[in-house]
Amino acid sequence: MAKDDLRPQPDPASAPDKMRAENLRAWFGDHQALKGVTLGIPEKQVTAVIGPSGCGKSTFVRCLNRMHEVVPGARAQGTVLLDGRDIYAPAVDPVRVRRRVGMVFQKPNPFPTMTIRENVLAGLRLNGLKVQDEDALVEKALRQAALWDEVKGALGRSGVSLSGGQQQRLCIARCLALEPEVLLMDEPCSALDPIATAKVEELIRELSEQYTVVIVTHNMQQAARVSDRTAFFYLGELVEFAPTDRLFTGPSDPRTEDYITGRFG
Amino acid sequence: MAPAAQPLRSPPEPLPVPAEAGGLSALPGQAPGGDDLELASVSRSGRRRTEALFTAACILALAIPLLALAILFGGALIEALPQLSFGFLIRFPSHQADQAGILPGLAGSAILMLLTAAMAIPLGIGAAIYLEEYARPGRLTRLIELNISNLAGVPSVIYGLLGLELFVRVLALGRSLLAGAATLAMLLLPMVILASREALRTVPLGVREAGFALGADRWRTLRQVVLPMCLPGMLTGVILSLARAIGETAPLIAIGALAYVGFLPESLLDGFTALPVQIFTWVMRPQAAFRANASAAIVVLMLLMLLFNASAIWLRARLQRRYNW
Amino acid sequence: MSASRQFEELEAPRAFSERAIGAALFTCAALSILATAGIVLVLLRDALPFFAQVPFRKLFFDRQWTPLFAEQHFGIWPLLSGTLLTTAIALAVAVPMGLLGAIFLSELAPSSVRRVLKPVLEVLAGVPTVVYGYFALTLVTPALQRVIPGLSGFNALSPGLVMGIMILPVVATLSEDALFAVPSSLREGALALGASRLGTVFRVVLPAAFSGIAASVILGLSRAIGETMVVAIAAGQQPRLTLDPRVPIETMTAFIVQVAMGDTPHGTLEYRTIFAVGLTLFAMTLGLNAVSHRLRRHVLRGRL
Repeated sequence: MAKDDLRPQPDPASAPDKMRAENLRAWFGDHQALKGVTLGIPEKQVTAVIGPSGCGKSTFVRCLNRMHEVVPGARAQGTVLLDGRDIYAPAVDPVRVRRRVGMVFQKPNPFPTMTIRENVLAGLRLNGLKVQDEDALVEKALRQAALWDEVKGALGRSGVSLSGGQQQRLCIARCLALEPEVLLMDEPCSALDPIATAKVEELIRELSEQYTVVIVTHNMQQAARVSDRTAFFYLGELVEFAPTDRLFTGPSDPRTEDYITGRFG
Repeated sequence: MAPAAQPLRSPPEPLPVPAEAGGLSALPGQAPGGDDLELASVSRSGRRRTEALFTAACILALAIPLLALAILFGGALIEALPQLSFGFLIRFPSHQADQAGILPGLAGSAILMLLTAAMAIPLGIGAAIYLEEYARPGRLTRLIELNISNLAGVPSVIYGLLGLELFVRVLALGRSLLAGAATLAMLLLPMVILASREALRTVPLGVREAGFALGADRWRTLRQVVLPMCLPGMLTGVILSLARAIGETAPLIAIGALAYVGFLPESLLDGFTALPVQIFTWVMRPQAAFRANASAAIVVLMLLMLLFNASAIWLRARLQRRYNW
Repeated sequence: MSASRQFEELEAPRAFSERAIGAALFTCAALSILATAGIVLVLLRDALPFFAQVPFRKLFFDRQWTPLFAEQHFGIWPLLSGTLLTTAIALAVAVPMGLLGAIFLSELAPSSVRRVLKPVLEVLAGVPTVVYGYFALTLVTPALQRVIPGLSGFNALSPGLVMGIMILPVVATLSEDALFAVPSSLREGALALGASRLGTVFRVVLPAAFSGIAASVILGLSRAIGETMVVAIAAGQQPRLTLDPRVPIETMTAFIVQVAMGDTPHGTLEYRTIFAVGLTLFAMTLGLNAVSHRLRRHVLRGRL
């Protein structure tokens, strides 16, 4: 399928791994959702995770910032390295992991009782952090999220008064205000209309210059448009991981080919 | 609402069989030799009549108690009128019926409400937060929830016995305001917990997830995001529970609220009385004159409860305008 | 600025306050277990010595209850019959009327009426019991005395009727919830078979909601048994083994209040009687509430 290329891409093969999962397994109660996944996420690139419903892609990504275990009865085992350090080591505090690995959700969830400005600063407030110049930080985060021009005169409005696409970019800004190193996005455009989706996709490409981005998507064309490398999951296993170009034009695993050509999923 | 049943009509005349159909003697689905599908039972108007009668009976079933209550209150109001005056509110009880007042009862009830709230609110909301946000499913959690639902059904006089032994005797608080408030707080706890849990449940899960993903721990997320969202609901629940508490009599009598009080309490360990206890003592006196006092005190009590309920509703409306989500 | 760079370290220990808060919240919740334990302990502490002194034979085979008189009898039946008599009258009022009301609200009334009537019913439940007691003694009894010959000033009928009005909302709202929870596909199926609206209600909806309705009746029963002020004011203080609703009786709850108000010294057999009666009361209401709870869980799981 034709790829809408938004900008020239660096050679995916040369980037070091920002995060690396090794033999990662995850369960919901007795049901095993991930079966021994080993995968390296290259730095400052966009990695897409695709696969049919229930294949474990969301579960995998939620393990990268230790959000998986928040659900009662859920657990994960294995190794996930962030800059070479295992975030699942016993002494590691999951809360601190999440300050370095941020997450944007499928349904935009700005805090309803806060204004736009307060939402952007929410990450800092929740962590008890203080900055010298809050206004500068708010502007910087909103600019990075491509939302500044639209809301700069109305920072005092409620966070939920924005449109769906704007709310999602507000959530991205809220994430970026904490200056994470990795940005995880769990189907960020599923709840958005096509125009808002296009804006967010463009934003994702821009963000990858500074941040490592992992995006879960059920939309293959989106993966093709936006990502440098793509991982295909099926039934809890990583089936194939390759530069996006190659995965979509010449996949090596027959299951990948079946999924891409629409034989299932 | 389900539509009313349609009466069955007799089926239309059978259509003439076309010559090309090949020899069918009857239309499919039609019983050969008979087409009487009319029910032999009640006709349509009869059914309508039964329904109307039944509906009338139902409405009566609801209207009679409401009407009865209105009449009873009316009767009480009439009896109360001669005694209702400002003086009534600020006088002390007396052996002369027309000189009596409810001041100690009002004071006692007011202080009791404050103390009870001070005890029940933090404990109740704390327990609700634990059960909704922290507890992992398991035997201990189930045991706690079972206990709470059991406690909700225990008769109030048993709480009085608990208060009598535990607060009055063992903790040596004596027959005091503090003991009374502690007893009432235990009585209210299941209600406050239930109302607070419901309030917490109205906050969508996504908001909590966003907080966690931003690196906040559970308590921070609760304090800065979740609780502000459901505070109106919680407060409303608390105020409604207090409205119930203000009318509780049996536990206070059991722990020794005084029947006749000629003074205002000066410390939390003093003896006390409460408005419903005063009503009770007046009602139990045979002289008709005290009945008037009792009914006047009842009017005051009902007005207070109305005030509580109204302020709960007003508070919820006011705070929800701020957080319309 | 780089505020987050301070937190490069992944392995810093979790703040002490977070653990402390979790523990404090757990304590609040665990208080409920302590409360139940407290009630049981307090009741047993004085009830057991009572049972040691008064053998079960006396409890069950004596037909009088006069612990405070010089000639002491400890038969429990009079108090029990007092409680059950008033409760039966209350249920006789609350169950039929509550059910009819529930059927009306759930099946026959338009939703606007339902929205208004439900909170109005709650008003019935919100009136303090001492007020209901006053009504029973000073207004209902005299009114009934004009119609019923031989009705004494203290009797079981008057508080029974008033209690019925009081617990009607319990039966009505819980039954209404149970009826409302019956899926409309059942109703539509019956109507499609040609049943009338009333027929559907009685033959399909009511049986389907049976557990929930039973739960509401049992809960009402439990409330009536535990009710104190109405009977303390209007039923009398003469424990009597009788089924006649026109004479003074005493219920278990009223007895407890009577002794607690009096001057019975702590630690005596007479004082202990209230704990023995209290224990019986507690056991009865606990059992009934447990049954009601079970039945409601059946409803939640969609079983009959």
